[in-house]
Amino acid sequence: MAETTLVHPKAAPGTIPGWRGIAADWASDQRAFKNVSWGKAMMWIFLLSDTFIFSCFLLSYMTARMSTTVPWPNPSEVFALNIAGKHIPLILIAIMTFILISSSGTMAMAVNFGYRRDRVRTAALMLATAAFGATFVGMQAFEWTKLIMEGVRPWGNPWGAPQFGACFFMITGFHGTHVTIGVIFLIAIARKVLRGDFDRERRGFFTSRKGYYEIVEITGLYWHFVDLVWVFIFAFFYLW
Amino acid sequence: MVDIPFDPVAGIPPAEVGEVELYHPRSWWTRYVFSQDAKVIAVQYSITAMSIGMVALVLSWLMRLQLGFPGTFSFIDANQYLQFITMHGMIMVIYLLTALFLGGFGNYLIPLMVGARDMVFPYVNMLSYWVYLLAVLVLAATFFVPGGPTGAGWTLYPPQAILSGTPGQDWGIVLMLASLILFIIGFTMGGLNYVVTVLQARTRGMTLMRLPLTVWGIFTATVMALLAFPALFVASVMLLLDRLLGTSFFMPTLVEMGQLTKYGGGSPILFQHLFWFFGHPEVYIVALPAFGIISDLISTHARKNIFGYRMMVWAIVAIGALSFVVWAHHMYVSGMHPYFGFFFATTTLIIAIPTAIKVYNWVLTLWRGDIHLTVPMLFALGFIVTFVNGGLTGLFLGNVVVDVPLSDTMFVVAHFHMVMGIAPIMAVFGGIYHWYPKVTGRMLNDVVGKFHFWVTFIGAYAVFFPMHYLGLLGMPRRYHDIGETSFVPASAHDLNAFMSVAALIVGFAQLVFLFNLVWSLFKGKDAGGNPWGATSLEWQTPETPPGHGNWGKELPIVYRWAYDYSVPGAVRDFVPQNEPPSGVAAQGAHP
Repeated sequence: MAETTLVHPKAAPGTIPGWRGIAADWASDQRAFKNVSWGKAMMWIFLLSDTFIFSCFLLSYMTARMSTTVPWPNPSEVFALNIAGKHIPLILIAIMTFILISSSGTMAMAVNFGYRRDRVRTAALMLATAAFGATFVGMQAFEWTKLIMEGVRPWGNPWGAPQFGACFFMITGFHGTHVTIGVIFLIAIARKVLRGDFDRERRGFFTSRKGYYEIVEITGLYWHFVDLVWVFIFAFFYLW
Repeated sequence: MVDIPFDPVAGIPPAEVGEVELYHPRSWWTRYVFSQDAKVIAVQYSITAMSIGMVALVLSWLMRLQLGFPGTFSFIDANQYLQFITMHGMIMVIYLLTALFLGGFGNYLIPLMVGARDMVFPYVNMLSYWVYLLAVLVLAATFFVPGGPTGAGWTLYPPQAILSGTPGQDWGIVLMLASLILFIIGFTMGGLNYVVTVLQARTRGMTLMRLPLTVWGIFTATVMALLAFPALFVASVMLLLDRLLGTSFFMPTLVEMGQLTKYGGGSPILFQHLFWFFGHPEVYIVALPAFGIISDLISTHARKNIFGYRMMVWAIVAIGALSFVVWAHHMYVSGMHPYFGFFFATTTLIIAIPTAIKVYNWVLTLWRGDIHLTVPMLFALGFIVTFVNGGLTGLFLGNVVVDVPLSDTMFVVAHFHMVMGIAPIMAVFGGIYHWYPKVTGRMLNDVVGKFHFWVTFIGAYAVFFPMHYLGLLGMPRRYHDIGETSFVPASAHDLNAFMSVAALIVGFAQLVFLFNLVWSLFKGKDAGGNPWGATSLEWQTPETPPGHGNWGKELPIVYRWAYDYSVPGAVRDFVPQNEPPSGVAAQGAHP
């Protein structure tokens, strides 16, 4: 029995040195992560799993790009736009990236106001985040349309390796789906915040559980993750 | 065995997590069909998995009939044989074993063993089952679509998986991939629940190092599944795009029926990497819950504490981590760089160390134990023997130079059926015989159970032991009809016929088992709350079967690990986890 009890049961967490201490902290009573709610823990673990999905997509894309014997189309040229007579490479993607990063800023502010129980500002900032997200998806739709008009298809394109179109539509499509789901969640949660569901502890329609303002932060975790993934897509797909 | 050196109750921190209100079903539908109770979801998972598993069992009969008596059964042609192989493998590995261990055993045992009222997100848990059911239905639908199910082999290797020569190229492969994607989505919803429940919703006193090993096995397997299934998800999506949209992720330039296909420039090896990055952890996703269940069965039925608990836990975690860096040992013949082969052979052989630790610890637990040869114990012993057997042939296949000549022979088939077919199924049966009394309140019939065990155990060896020999002769796997070849002697054909008869008998024994499950539900002996005298929390519930919310008014408090069997000086030969040390008044739910 001695070997299964905590090493020093009354010692405060973090006071046992070395690996034994780390293991003891993790294995401690009731909860492995103190002060982390179920919902937040679940979102973190989901994001870890989702990281593996995006990593697999990106690694597959890199394999395709590195092993192709046909030249890969030059992203700077493909994603260039003519604005006011000037040929600017990657301008649309730069704007999209700027918008998405900005949306992370408004999201972070929404989380802050959420914990202050400032219903109106929280909801307004969440809706602003959703609007940024929707703009991002809209610009992506514009980009898709432009490329399709220029003859890019999942199975081929006028400039080189057919995997270019395949990877482009698959990866941006999968990321865009994530953004769209995020926008839907943001709007749904903003509505709940505005209605005061979390002040009155109104029960959820599906789960019949009470909601808390923490859900704003959990939605924020998802949103920042989607944002971070975009940074990697931007770096590996467009800047390479 | 030293006594606890400090005040036991003071050592248990006060409750950190407030009670979360349970969802209370209001109608028959929400109680038994769209139920959010993990116990009902577990039974739903188990019944669905076993039903689709029966289909896979029948498919294996048909394959064995063809192999044992080639040419006798005119209704099995080469294409159908390939379809049977594919569906048998996919169903058994994913839709039966993964779903049964994690969805079935996981849902039932995790909340009860950690002392929770339910999973942390019951609604998501319910969705998990319904998406799984949808995946199973989509899979079953492939038997009825034009062209039938896919015949690409359970690994679904492109390019042949989506080319027109392969059966099921029209609908079968599309539905198979769609079903896999659905399965992964459904599993993720359940898996997140299992992980968070173990990490964050344990009862007072239940530290991670007091968890029964069953929970450790299921927990680690779920974490692995959450990290490994993404690779299969991505591979399925990309293969689906190749098939439906004509992309060329996995498809090289090739000529089909004298014509150049539309594909070009893709890498079939990429699919193999993605598939096996999922596929190898999958072996342990099935094996780790089995390890955990077997540890508990052996300890309980040998009336002895598990030997080296801490080491058992670390071995489970180490196996889980190592299994992510061995995947390419399935690809030695894919033309991979030899240095890669060397790396993966090394990591593969390293896994033998924690695995051997586990086997030694099981044997040392049995050593001088008070072994009760109950049906669960028989299956546990059967598991150890079978697993050692399959593990040892794994050492052969893990070495590049030995694997290359043995690749794609019956030796490989024999190996993986021993190690991840028969062995985990033994754990499933052992687990069902062990926990059925808790689920239903009645014992399974002992005589029928022993009959089931002996026929299954001896029969499985009769089927798969000779198969090693056939493999060493060079008999290839996945061949519909081996025909007359110089390297296969006539006696090998007789052996094949013998194996087929044995397979039929083993299959029928499973029908006896199913009969036992149904018969005992109505006529079984009354079990009482704790028929095996076990220590872990699920046996200490106030009601059997456990009611909604599991624990009545108050949650149990855990004072000790799950393996206090035959403690010197104790009144009984087991001390439940929630029994306070002498002189301390009981708190919380207690019998």
